[in-house]
Amino acid sequence: MTTIQKTLKGLWSLIVGLKVTGKEFCRPWITVHYPRQEVSNLDSYRGHIDLVPFPEDPRKPLCIVCRRCEEVCPSGCIRIEGHVPGEEKENPARRLLLISDVPLPGSAAREPVCSADKTLRVLDGFSLNYNLCSLCGLCVQSCPVSSLTFSGDVYLAGRSRKDFEYDLLQRLRMRADSANLREAV
Amino acid sequence: MTQILQLLTNPLVYLLVALVAILTFIALNGLILVYVERKVAGFVQRRPGPYEVGPHGLLQPVADALKLVGKQLVMPRGADRILYWAAPLLSFAPVAVCLLPIPFGPNLAGLDVNLGLLLVLAFSGLNVLALCLAGWGSNSKYALLGAARAVAQSVAYEIPLLLSVLSVAFISGSLNFAEITASQTRGLLSWNVFSQPLAFFIFFVSALAETNRAPFDLPEAESELTAGFHTEYSGMGFGLFFLAEYSYMIVVSAVASVLFLGGWSGPFLSGPWWMLGKIYALILAMMWFRWTYPRVRFDQLLNICWKWLIPLSLINLLGTAFMINLVR
Repeated sequence: MTTIQKTLKGLWSLIVGLKVTGKEFCRPWITVHYPRQEVSNLDSYRGHIDLVPFPEDPRKPLCIVCRRCEEVCPSGCIRIEGHVPGEEKENPARRLLLISDVPLPGSAAREPVCSADKTLRVLDGFSLNYNLCSLCGLCVQSCPVSSLTFSGDVYLAGRSRKDFEYDLLQRLRMRADSANLREAV
Repeated sequence: MTQILQLLTNPLVYLLVALVAILTFIALNGLILVYVERKVAGFVQRRPGPYEVGPHGLLQPVADALKLVGKQLVMPRGADRILYWAAPLLSFAPVAVCLLPIPFGPNLAGLDVNLGLLLVLAFSGLNVLALCLAGWGSNSKYALLGAARAVAQSVAYEIPLLLSVLSVAFISGSLNFAEITASQTRGLLSWNVFSQPLAFFIFFVSALAETNRAPFDLPEAESELTAGFHTEYSGMGFGLFFLAEYSYMIVVSAVASVLFLGGWSGPFLSGPWWMLGKIYALILAMMWFRWTYPRVRFDQLLNICWKWLIPLSLINLLGTAFMINLVR
Protein backbone atom coordinates (compact mmCIF):
# COMPACT_ATOMS: atom_id res chain seq x y z
CA MET A 1 0.00 0.00 0.00
CA THR A 2 2.78 2.39 0.89
CA THR A 3 4.38 1.86 -2.51
CA ILE A 4 1.19 2.94 -4.24
CA GLN A 5 0.83 5.91 -1.92
CA LYS A 6 4.43 6.87 -2.59
CA THR A 7 3.90 6.60 -6.33
CA LEU A 8 0.75 8.69 -6.23
CA LYS A 9 2.60 11.28 -4.19
CA GLY A 10 5.41 11.22 -6.75
CA LEU A 11 2.94 11.70 -9.60
CA TRP A 12 1.39 14.63 -7.77
CA SER A 13 4.84 16.17 -7.32
CA LEU A 14 5.29 15.97 -11.10
CA ILE A 15 2.14 18.03 -11.55
CA VAL A 16 3.34 20.52 -8.95
CA GLY A 17 6.61 20.82 -10.91
CA LEU A 18 4.69 21.53 -14.11
CA LYS A 19 2.71 24.19 -12.28
CA VAL A 20 5.93 25.89 -11.16
CA THR A 21 7.50 26.02 -14.62
CA GLY A 22 4.17 26.92 -16.19
CA LYS A 23 3.84 29.89 -13.88
CA GLU A 24 7.41 31.01 -14.55
CA PHE A 25 6.77 30.66 -18.29
CA CYS A 26 4.04 33.29 -18.13
CA ARG A 27 5.99 35.80 -16.06
CA PRO A 28 8.20 38.51 -17.63
CA TRP A 29 11.93 38.14 -18.23
CA ILE A 30 14.30 38.95 -15.44
CA THR A 31 17.39 39.20 -17.62
CA VAL A 32 18.64 42.38 -19.23
CA HIS A 33 19.58 42.89 -22.87
CA TYR A 34 23.08 43.96 -22.09
CA PRO A 35 24.33 46.18 -24.87
CA ARG A 36 20.96 47.94 -25.06
CA GLN A 37 20.11 47.96 -21.37
CA GLU A 38 22.25 47.95 -18.26
CA VAL A 39 21.49 46.83 -14.74
CA SER A 40 20.95 49.49 -12.09
CA ASN A 41 21.75 47.56 -8.89
CA LEU A 42 25.53 47.86 -8.97
CA ASP A 43 25.87 49.38 -5.47
CA SER A 44 26.54 46.02 -3.91
CA TYR A 45 28.87 44.88 -6.68
CA ARG A 46 32.40 44.21 -5.48
CA GLY A 47 34.73 44.71 -8.42
CA HIS A 48 38.45 45.46 -8.34
CA ILE A 49 39.70 47.83 -5.66
CA ASP A 50 39.89 51.59 -6.03
CA LEU A 51 41.51 54.34 -3.98
CA VAL A 52 39.34 56.64 -1.88
CA PRO A 53 40.28 60.35 -2.03
CA PHE A 54 40.02 63.04 0.60
CA PRO A 55 36.56 64.56 0.49
CA GLU A 56 38.03 68.02 0.04
CA ASP A 57 40.65 67.04 -2.53
CA PRO A 58 39.45 64.37 -4.93
CA ARG A 59 42.92 64.11 -6.48
CA LYS A 60 44.63 63.09 -3.23
CA PRO A 61 44.15 59.58 -1.83
CA LEU A 62 43.63 58.85 1.86
CA CYS A 63 46.41 56.26 1.64
CA ILE A 64 49.22 56.64 4.21
CA VAL A 65 51.51 54.12 2.46
CA CYS A 66 51.45 51.70 5.36
CA ARG A 67 51.61 48.78 2.94
CA ARG A 68 49.24 46.61 4.90
CA CYS A 69 47.30 45.80 1.75
CA GLU A 70 50.49 44.88 -0.07
CA GLU A 71 51.45 42.58 2.80
CA VAL A 72 48.09 40.98 3.33
CA CYS A 73 47.26 40.33 -0.32
CA PRO A 74 47.38 36.54 -0.82
CA SER A 75 47.79 36.92 -4.57
CA GLY A 76 50.52 39.55 -4.35
CA CYS A 77 48.79 41.73 -6.88
CA ILE A 78 49.37 45.10 -5.18
CA ARG A 79 52.55 47.14 -5.61
CA ILE A 80 52.89 50.44 -3.74
CA GLU A 81 55.43 53.17 -4.26
CA GLY A 82 55.77 56.08 -1.89
CA HIS A 83 58.27 58.47 -0.39
CA VAL A 84 58.77 60.63 2.68
CA PRO A 85 58.74 64.33 1.83
CA GLY A 86 62.31 65.62 1.77
CA GLU A 87 63.77 62.24 0.93
CA GLU A 88 64.23 61.41 -2.68
CA LYS A 89 63.70 57.68 -2.41
CA GLU A 90 61.97 55.67 0.24
CA ASN A 91 64.39 54.32 2.85
CA PRO A 92 63.59 50.67 3.47
CA ALA A 93 64.70 51.02 7.08
CA ARG A 94 62.15 53.74 7.68
CA ARG A 95 59.28 51.88 6.16
CA LEU A 96 56.09 52.28 8.07
CA LEU A 97 55.19 48.84 9.32
CA LEU A 98 51.81 48.67 10.92
CA ILE A 99 51.46 44.91 10.61
CA SER A 100 50.73 43.20 13.94
CA ASP A 101 53.35 41.46 16.07
CA VAL A 102 52.40 38.09 14.68
CA PRO A 103 53.57 38.14 11.10
CA LEU A 104 51.46 36.52 8.43
CA PRO A 105 52.97 33.47 6.77
CA GLY A 106 55.39 34.69 4.17
CA SER A 107 55.09 38.25 5.41
CA ALA A 108 58.06 40.53 5.29
CA ALA A 109 56.95 42.35 8.45
CA ARG A 110 59.21 40.96 11.08
CA GLU A 111 59.90 44.21 12.86
CA PRO A 112 57.73 45.12 15.83
CA VAL A 113 55.14 47.80 15.34
CA CYS A 114 56.58 51.26 15.29
CA SER A 115 53.54 53.27 16.28
CA ALA A 116 55.45 56.39 17.25
CA ASP A 117 56.53 56.95 13.67
CA LYS A 118 54.20 59.62 12.45
CA THR A 119 56.13 60.55 9.36
CA LEU A 120 53.89 61.55 6.52
CA ARG A 121 54.33 59.53 3.40
CA VAL A 122 53.23 60.41 -0.07
CA LEU A 123 51.81 57.81 -2.41
CA ASP A 124 53.61 57.77 -5.74
CA GLY A 125 52.03 54.79 -7.35
CA PHE A 126 49.50 52.11 -6.52
CA SER A 127 49.57 49.39 -9.14
CA LEU A 128 47.02 46.61 -9.11
CA ASN A 129 47.44 43.53 -11.23
CA TYR A 130 43.80 42.54 -11.56
CA ASN A 131 44.73 39.37 -13.46
CA LEU A 132 46.01 37.88 -10.22
CA CYS A 133 43.41 39.34 -7.86
CA SER A 134 41.04 36.82 -6.30
CA LEU A 135 38.66 39.50 -5.00
CA CYS A 136 39.05 38.35 -1.39
CA GLY A 137 38.81 41.90 -0.07
CA LEU A 138 41.48 41.48 2.60
CA CYS A 139 43.16 44.69 1.45
CA VAL A 140 39.95 46.66 1.91
CA GLN A 141 39.43 45.11 5.35
CA SER A 142 42.95 45.76 6.55
CA CYS A 143 43.27 49.36 5.38
CA PRO A 144 43.54 51.45 8.60
CA VAL A 145 42.35 54.65 6.94
CA SER A 146 39.66 53.18 4.69
CA SER A 147 41.52 54.31 1.64
CA LEU A 148 40.44 51.28 -0.37
CA THR A 149 37.01 50.46 -1.67
CA PHE A 150 35.49 48.13 -4.24
CA SER A 151 34.74 49.71 -7.57
CA GLY A 152 31.53 49.06 -9.43
CA ASP A 153 33.40 48.30 -12.64
CA VAL A 154 31.42 45.43 -14.19
CA TYR A 155 31.88 45.93 -17.87
CA LEU A 156 35.45 44.80 -18.17
CA ALA A 157 36.75 43.57 -21.46
CA GLY A 158 40.22 43.68 -22.88
CA ARG A 159 42.43 42.30 -25.59
CA SER A 160 45.49 41.57 -23.47
CA ARG A 161 46.56 41.00 -19.89
CA LYS A 162 48.11 44.46 -19.91
CA ASP A 163 44.59 45.92 -20.01
CA PHE A 164 43.98 44.68 -16.48
CA GLU A 165 47.13 46.06 -14.87
CA TYR A 166 45.82 49.26 -13.34
CA ASP A 167 47.56 52.25 -11.81
CA LEU A 168 44.97 53.12 -9.18
CA LEU A 169 46.50 56.51 -8.40
CA GLN A 170 46.22 57.51 -12.02
CA ARG A 171 42.66 56.19 -12.11
CA LEU A 172 41.83 58.33 -9.08
CA ARG A 173 43.23 61.43 -10.72
CA MET A 174 41.46 60.74 -13.99
CA ARG A 175 38.22 60.25 -12.11
CA ALA A 176 38.70 63.55 -10.33
CA ASP A 177 39.52 65.34 -13.58
CA SER A 178 36.51 63.98 -15.39
CA ALA A 179 34.29 64.91 -12.42
CA ASN A 180 35.72 68.44 -12.60
CA LEU A 181 35.08 68.53 -16.30
CA ARG A 182 31.49 67.40 -15.78
CA GLU A 183 31.01 70.07 -13.17
CA ALA A 184 32.46 72.70 -15.50
CA VAL A 185 30.10 71.66 -18.26
CA MET B 1 -4.75 21.82 -64.23
CA THR B 2 -7.08 18.90 -64.72
CA GLN B 3 -4.23 17.02 -66.35
CA ILE B 4 -2.10 17.52 -63.25
CA LEU B 5 -4.93 16.35 -61.04
CA GLN B 6 -5.36 13.31 -63.23
CA LEU B 7 -1.67 12.60 -62.88
CA LEU B 8 -2.18 12.52 -59.14
CA THR B 9 -4.55 9.58 -59.45
CA ASN B 10 -1.57 7.50 -60.46
CA PRO B 11 -0.60 5.88 -57.12
CA LEU B 12 3.13 6.18 -57.78
CA VAL B 13 2.92 9.90 -58.56
CA TYR B 14 0.67 10.41 -55.53
CA LEU B 15 3.17 8.62 -53.30
CA LEU B 16 6.06 10.69 -54.64
CA VAL B 17 4.17 13.94 -54.12
CA ALA B 18 3.24 12.83 -50.59
CA LEU B 19 6.88 11.98 -49.82
CA VAL B 20 8.09 15.35 -51.08
CA ALA B 21 5.39 17.12 -49.06
CA ILE B 22 6.33 15.14 -45.94
CA LEU B 23 10.04 15.86 -46.34
CA THR B 24 9.28 19.55 -46.78
CA PHE B 25 7.11 19.44 -43.69
CA ILE B 26 9.87 17.68 -41.75
CA ALA B 27 12.49 20.25 -42.73
CA LEU B 28 10.21 23.19 -41.92
CA ASN B 29 9.15 21.54 -38.71
CA GLY B 30 12.80 21.11 -37.72
CA LEU B 31 13.39 24.83 -38.14
CA ILE B 32 10.26 25.75 -36.22
CA LEU B 33 10.81 23.32 -33.37
CA VAL B 34 14.43 24.40 -32.83
CA TYR B 35 13.16 27.94 -32.41
CA VAL B 36 10.18 26.99 -30.26
CA GLU B 37 12.23 24.73 -28.01
CA ARG B 38 14.79 27.43 -27.32
CA LYS B 39 12.07 30.00 -26.73
CA VAL B 40 10.24 27.67 -24.33
CA ALA B 41 13.49 26.97 -22.51
CA GLY B 42 14.14 30.69 -22.28
CA PHE B 43 10.68 31.61 -21.06
CA VAL B 44 10.65 28.88 -18.43
CA GLN B 45 13.96 30.25 -17.16
CA ARG B 46 12.68 33.86 -17.35
CA ARG B 47 15.00 34.94 -20.18
CA PRO B 48 14.22 35.87 -23.80
CA GLY B 49 15.85 32.92 -25.57
CA PRO B 50 17.33 33.54 -29.06
CA TYR B 51 16.87 37.24 -29.73
CA GLU B 52 19.68 38.60 -31.86
CA VAL B 53 19.31 37.05 -35.35
CA GLY B 54 16.29 38.59 -37.04
CA PRO B 55 13.28 40.05 -35.25
CA HIS B 56 12.90 38.23 -31.92
CA GLY B 57 15.55 35.75 -33.09
CA LEU B 58 13.26 34.34 -35.78
CA LEU B 59 16.16 33.67 -38.14
CA GLN B 60 18.21 31.87 -35.50
CA PRO B 61 17.30 28.34 -36.71
CA VAL B 62 18.24 29.34 -40.26
CA ALA B 63 21.63 30.52 -39.02
CA ASP B 64 22.01 27.28 -37.05
CA ALA B 65 21.12 25.19 -40.09
CA LEU B 66 23.60 27.08 -42.28
CA LYS B 67 26.29 26.56 -39.65
CA LEU B 68 25.59 22.83 -39.53
CA VAL B 69 25.62 22.51 -43.31
CA GLY B 70 28.87 24.45 -43.55
CA LYS B 71 30.75 22.41 -41.00
CA GLN B 72 33.41 19.89 -41.89
CA LEU B 73 32.44 16.24 -41.54
CA VAL B 74 34.94 14.55 -39.26
CA MET B 75 35.31 10.88 -38.51
CA PRO B 76 37.29 9.76 -35.47
CA ARG B 77 40.33 7.54 -35.90
CA GLY B 78 39.47 3.86 -35.66
CA ALA B 79 35.79 4.41 -36.41
CA ASP B 80 33.93 2.01 -38.67
CA ARG B 81 33.56 4.02 -41.87
CA ILE B 82 30.41 2.33 -43.19
CA LEU B 83 28.52 2.05 -39.91
CA TYR B 84 29.55 5.54 -38.85
CA TRP B 85 28.10 7.21 -41.93
CA ALA B 86 25.15 4.83 -42.30
CA ALA B 87 23.84 5.59 -38.81
CA PRO B 88 22.59 9.17 -39.29
CA LEU B 89 20.97 8.23 -42.62
CA LEU B 90 19.33 5.20 -41.03
CA SER B 91 18.07 7.37 -38.21
CA PHE B 92 16.52 9.95 -40.51
CA ALA B 93 15.25 7.89 -43.47
CA PRO B 94 12.42 5.96 -41.73
CA VAL B 95 10.78 9.19 -40.57
CA ALA B 96 9.30 9.85 -44.00
CA VAL B 97 7.75 6.38 -44.05
CA CYS B 98 6.41 6.84 -40.52
CA LEU B 99 4.48 9.95 -41.54
CA LEU B 100 3.11 8.43 -44.78
CA PRO B 101 0.10 6.54 -43.36
CA ILE B 102 -0.98 9.26 -40.94
CA PRO B 103 -4.24 10.95 -42.03
CA PHE B 104 -4.12 14.75 -41.80
CA GLY B 105 -7.68 15.03 -43.04
CA PRO B 106 -10.61 12.86 -44.06
CA ASN B 107 -8.91 12.00 -47.36
CA LEU B 108 -5.47 13.37 -46.76
CA ALA B 109 -2.97 10.62 -46.12
CA GLY B 110 0.16 9.75 -48.04
CA LEU B 111 -0.58 6.05 -48.02
CA ASP B 112 -3.85 4.48 -46.93
CA VAL B 113 -2.83 1.04 -45.71
CA ASN B 114 -4.64 -1.45 -43.54
CA LEU B 115 -1.74 -1.92 -41.20
CA GLY B 116 -0.70 1.73 -40.86
CA LEU B 117 -0.16 1.45 -37.13
CA LEU B 118 2.07 -1.57 -37.56
CA LEU B 119 4.02 0.23 -40.30
CA VAL B 120 4.75 3.19 -38.05
CA LEU B 121 5.74 1.02 -35.09
CA ALA B 122 8.00 -1.15 -37.24
CA PHE B 123 9.78 1.73 -38.97
CA SER B 124 10.21 3.83 -35.83
CA GLY B 125 11.89 0.77 -34.32
CA LEU B 126 14.70 1.28 -36.84
CA ASN B 127 15.80 4.41 -35.00
CA VAL B 128 17.25 2.45 -32.10
CA LEU B 129 19.31 0.42 -34.55
CA ALA B 130 20.69 3.67 -35.93
CA LEU B 131 21.60 4.90 -32.45
CA CYS B 132 23.24 1.56 -31.70
CA LEU B 133 25.29 1.68 -34.91
CA ALA B 134 26.27 5.31 -34.27
CA GLY B 135 27.50 4.44 -30.81
CA TRP B 136 29.31 1.32 -31.93
CA GLY B 137 30.81 2.80 -35.08
CA SER B 138 32.16 5.92 -33.39
CA ASN B 139 34.96 4.16 -31.51
CA SER B 140 34.29 6.38 -28.51
CA LYS B 141 33.46 5.38 -24.97
CA TYR B 142 30.81 8.08 -24.54
CA ALA B 143 29.09 7.07 -27.75
CA LEU B 144 29.21 3.39 -26.81
CA LEU B 145 27.71 4.04 -23.37
CA GLY B 146 25.01 6.18 -24.96
CA ALA B 147 24.23 3.43 -27.46
CA ALA B 148 24.01 0.80 -24.72
CA ARG B 149 21.58 2.99 -22.84
CA ALA B 150 19.55 3.69 -25.97
CA VAL B 151 19.14 -0.01 -26.71
CA ALA B 152 18.16 -0.97 -23.15
CA GLN B 153 15.74 1.94 -22.97
CA SER B 154 14.08 1.38 -26.32
CA VAL B 155 13.70 -2.37 -25.81
CA ALA B 156 12.13 -1.77 -22.42
CA TYR B 157 9.75 1.00 -23.44
CA GLU B 158 8.58 -0.51 -26.72
CA ILE B 159 6.63 -3.11 -24.71
CA PRO B 160 4.31 -0.74 -22.79
CA LEU B 161 4.02 1.38 -25.94
CA LEU B 162 2.80 -1.59 -27.98
CA LEU B 163 0.50 -2.82 -25.22
CA SER B 164 -1.16 0.58 -24.84
CA VAL B 165 -1.54 0.87 -28.61
CA LEU B 166 -3.07 -2.62 -28.69
CA SER B 167 -5.84 -1.67 -26.30
CA VAL B 168 -6.85 1.13 -28.67
CA ALA B 169 -6.69 -1.29 -31.57
CA PHE B 170 -8.99 -3.63 -29.61
CA ILE B 171 -11.56 -0.88 -29.15
CA SER B 172 -11.62 0.31 -32.75
CA GLY B 173 -11.00 -3.17 -34.13
CA SER B 174 -8.55 -1.92 -36.73
CA LEU B 175 -4.91 -1.03 -37.31
CA ASN B 176 -5.86 1.45 -40.02
CA PHE B 177 -5.36 5.05 -38.94
CA ALA B 178 -8.28 6.30 -41.02
CA GLU B 179 -10.67 3.84 -39.38
CA ILE B 180 -9.35 4.57 -35.90
CA THR B 181 -9.94 8.27 -36.52
CA ALA B 182 -13.37 7.63 -38.01
CA SER B 183 -14.43 5.85 -34.81
CA GLN B 184 -13.70 9.04 -32.82
CA THR B 185 -15.54 11.60 -34.92
CA ARG B 186 -18.75 11.59 -32.85
CA GLY B 187 -17.89 14.51 -30.61
CA LEU B 188 -15.34 15.12 -27.93
CA LEU B 189 -16.40 12.26 -25.67
CA SER B 190 -15.85 9.68 -28.38
CA TRP B 191 -12.10 10.34 -28.24
CA ASN B 192 -10.20 7.32 -27.05
CA VAL B 193 -8.42 9.33 -24.38
CA PHE B 194 -11.64 9.26 -22.36
CA SER B 195 -12.21 5.53 -22.67
CA GLN B 196 -8.50 4.70 -22.33
CA PRO B 197 -6.91 7.37 -20.10
CA LEU B 198 -4.39 4.93 -18.66
CA ALA B 199 -3.36 3.77 -22.12
CA PHE B 200 -2.88 7.40 -23.19
CA PHE B 201 -0.72 8.10 -20.14
CA ILE B 202 1.40 5.00 -20.72
CA PHE B 203 1.67 5.74 -24.44
CA PHE B 204 2.81 9.30 -23.81
CA VAL B 205 5.40 8.32 -21.20
CA SER B 206 6.74 5.55 -23.42
CA ALA B 207 6.76 7.91 -26.37
CA LEU B 208 8.91 10.35 -24.40
CA ALA B 209 11.30 7.50 -23.68
CA GLU B 210 11.26 6.25 -27.28
CA THR B 211 12.10 9.67 -28.65
CA ASN B 212 14.89 10.08 -26.06
CA ARG B 213 13.28 13.23 -24.72
CA ALA B 214 13.86 14.49 -21.20
CA PRO B 215 13.37 13.20 -18.55
CA PHE B 216 14.36 10.02 -20.40
CA ASP B 217 17.23 11.49 -22.43
CA LEU B 218 19.85 9.16 -21.01
CA PRO B 219 21.33 8.10 -24.37
CA GLU B 220 22.49 11.67 -24.99
CA ALA B 221 22.76 12.85 -21.38
CA GLU B 222 24.99 15.86 -22.01
CA SER B 223 26.05 16.27 -18.40
CA GLU B 224 27.32 12.69 -18.13
CA LEU B 225 28.11 11.47 -21.63
CA THR B 226 29.03 14.71 -23.46
CA ALA B 227 26.41 13.98 -26.12
CA GLY B 228 25.98 10.22 -25.90
CA PHE B 229 25.68 8.38 -29.19
CA HIS B 230 26.26 11.48 -31.35
CA THR B 231 29.32 12.73 -29.46
CA GLU B 232 31.64 12.24 -32.45
CA TYR B 233 29.33 13.58 -35.15
CA SER B 234 29.84 17.03 -36.60
CA GLY B 235 28.04 19.07 -39.23
CA MET B 236 25.17 17.38 -40.97
CA GLY B 237 25.94 14.00 -39.39
CA PHE B 238 24.80 15.55 -36.16
CA GLY B 239 22.23 17.60 -38.05
CA LEU B 240 20.48 14.47 -39.32
CA PHE B 241 20.24 12.99 -35.81
CA PHE B 242 18.89 16.29 -34.62
CA LEU B 243 16.34 16.49 -37.41
CA ALA B 244 15.38 12.87 -36.79
CA GLU B 245 14.76 13.54 -33.11
CA TYR B 246 12.40 16.41 -33.87
CA SER B 247 10.71 14.41 -36.62
CA TYR B 248 10.13 11.47 -34.28
CA MET B 249 8.50 13.92 -31.91
CA ILE B 250 6.12 14.75 -34.74
CA VAL B 251 5.55 11.06 -35.46
CA VAL B 252 4.72 10.07 -31.89
CA SER B 253 2.57 13.17 -31.39
CA ALA B 254 0.72 12.46 -34.63
CA VAL B 255 0.18 8.83 -33.65
CA ALA B 256 -0.96 9.88 -30.19
CA SER B 257 -3.44 12.39 -31.60
CA VAL B 258 -4.80 9.84 -34.07
CA LEU B 259 -5.08 7.06 -31.51
CA PHE B 260 -6.32 9.03 -28.52
CA LEU B 261 -7.31 12.57 -29.46
CA GLY B 262 -9.55 12.04 -32.45
CA GLY B 263 -6.98 12.85 -35.17
CA TRP B 264 -8.31 15.38 -37.67
CA SER B 265 -11.80 15.51 -36.16
CA GLY B 266 -13.00 18.74 -34.65
CA PRO B 267 -15.55 21.48 -35.20
CA PHE B 268 -15.34 24.67 -37.33
CA LEU B 269 -11.88 24.22 -38.81
CA SER B 270 -10.91 21.72 -41.46
CA GLY B 271 -9.05 18.49 -40.64
CA PRO B 272 -5.40 19.43 -41.19
CA TRP B 273 -5.64 22.41 -38.83
CA TRP B 274 -7.05 20.29 -36.04
CA MET B 275 -4.44 17.61 -36.65
CA LEU B 276 -1.57 20.10 -36.63
CA GLY B 277 -2.99 21.82 -33.57
CA LYS B 278 -3.16 18.57 -31.64
CA ILE B 279 0.32 17.53 -32.75
CA TYR B 280 1.90 20.81 -31.71
CA ALA B 281 -0.01 20.90 -28.42
CA LEU B 282 1.49 17.51 -27.56
CA ILE B 283 4.94 18.67 -28.64
CA LEU B 284 4.64 21.77 -26.48
CA ALA B 285 3.76 19.50 -23.57
CA MET B 286 6.88 17.44 -24.29
CA MET B 287 8.98 20.61 -24.26
CA TRP B 288 7.31 21.71 -21.06
CA PHE B 289 8.26 18.37 -19.50
CA ARG B 290 11.82 18.69 -20.75
CA TRP B 291 12.37 22.01 -19.04
CA THR B 292 10.65 20.91 -15.84
CA TYR B 293 11.90 17.46 -14.94
CA PRO B 294 15.41 16.35 -14.10
CA ARG B 295 16.79 13.32 -15.90
CA VAL B 296 15.94 9.98 -14.28
CA ARG B 297 18.70 7.62 -13.24
CA PHE B 298 19.17 4.49 -15.30
CA ASP B 299 17.81 2.09 -12.65
CA GLN B 300 14.84 4.41 -12.11
CA LEU B 301 14.23 4.44 -15.85
CA LEU B 302 14.04 0.66 -16.06
CA ASN B 303 12.12 0.38 -12.78
CA ILE B 304 9.42 2.75 -14.05
CA CYS B 305 9.06 0.58 -17.12
CA TRP B 306 9.24 -2.96 -15.73
CA LYS B 307 7.58 -2.37 -12.36
CA TRP B 308 4.86 0.08 -13.34
CA LEU B 309 4.22 0.68 -17.01
CA ILE B 310 4.32 -2.92 -18.26
CA PRO B 311 2.11 -4.42 -15.51
CA LEU B 312 -0.29 -1.48 -15.74
CA SER B 313 -0.54 -1.70 -19.50
CA LEU B 314 -1.07 -5.48 -19.29
CA ILE B 315 -3.88 -5.01 -16.78
CA ASN B 316 -5.34 -2.28 -18.95
CA LEU B 317 -5.17 -4.52 -22.02
CA LEU B 318 -6.80 -7.47 -20.24
CA GLY B 319 -9.49 -5.19 -18.80
CA THR B 320 -10.17 -3.75 -22.24
CA ALA B 321 -10.41 -7.21 -23.79
CA PHE B 322 -12.76 -8.32 -21.02
CA MET B 323 -14.99 -5.28 -21.39
CA ILE B 324 -15.16 -5.67 -25.17
CA ASN B 325 -16.23 -9.30 -24.80
CA LEU B 326 -18.79 -8.27 -22.21
CA VAL B 327 -20.28 -5.60 -24.47
CA ARG B 328 -20.52 -7.98 -27.40
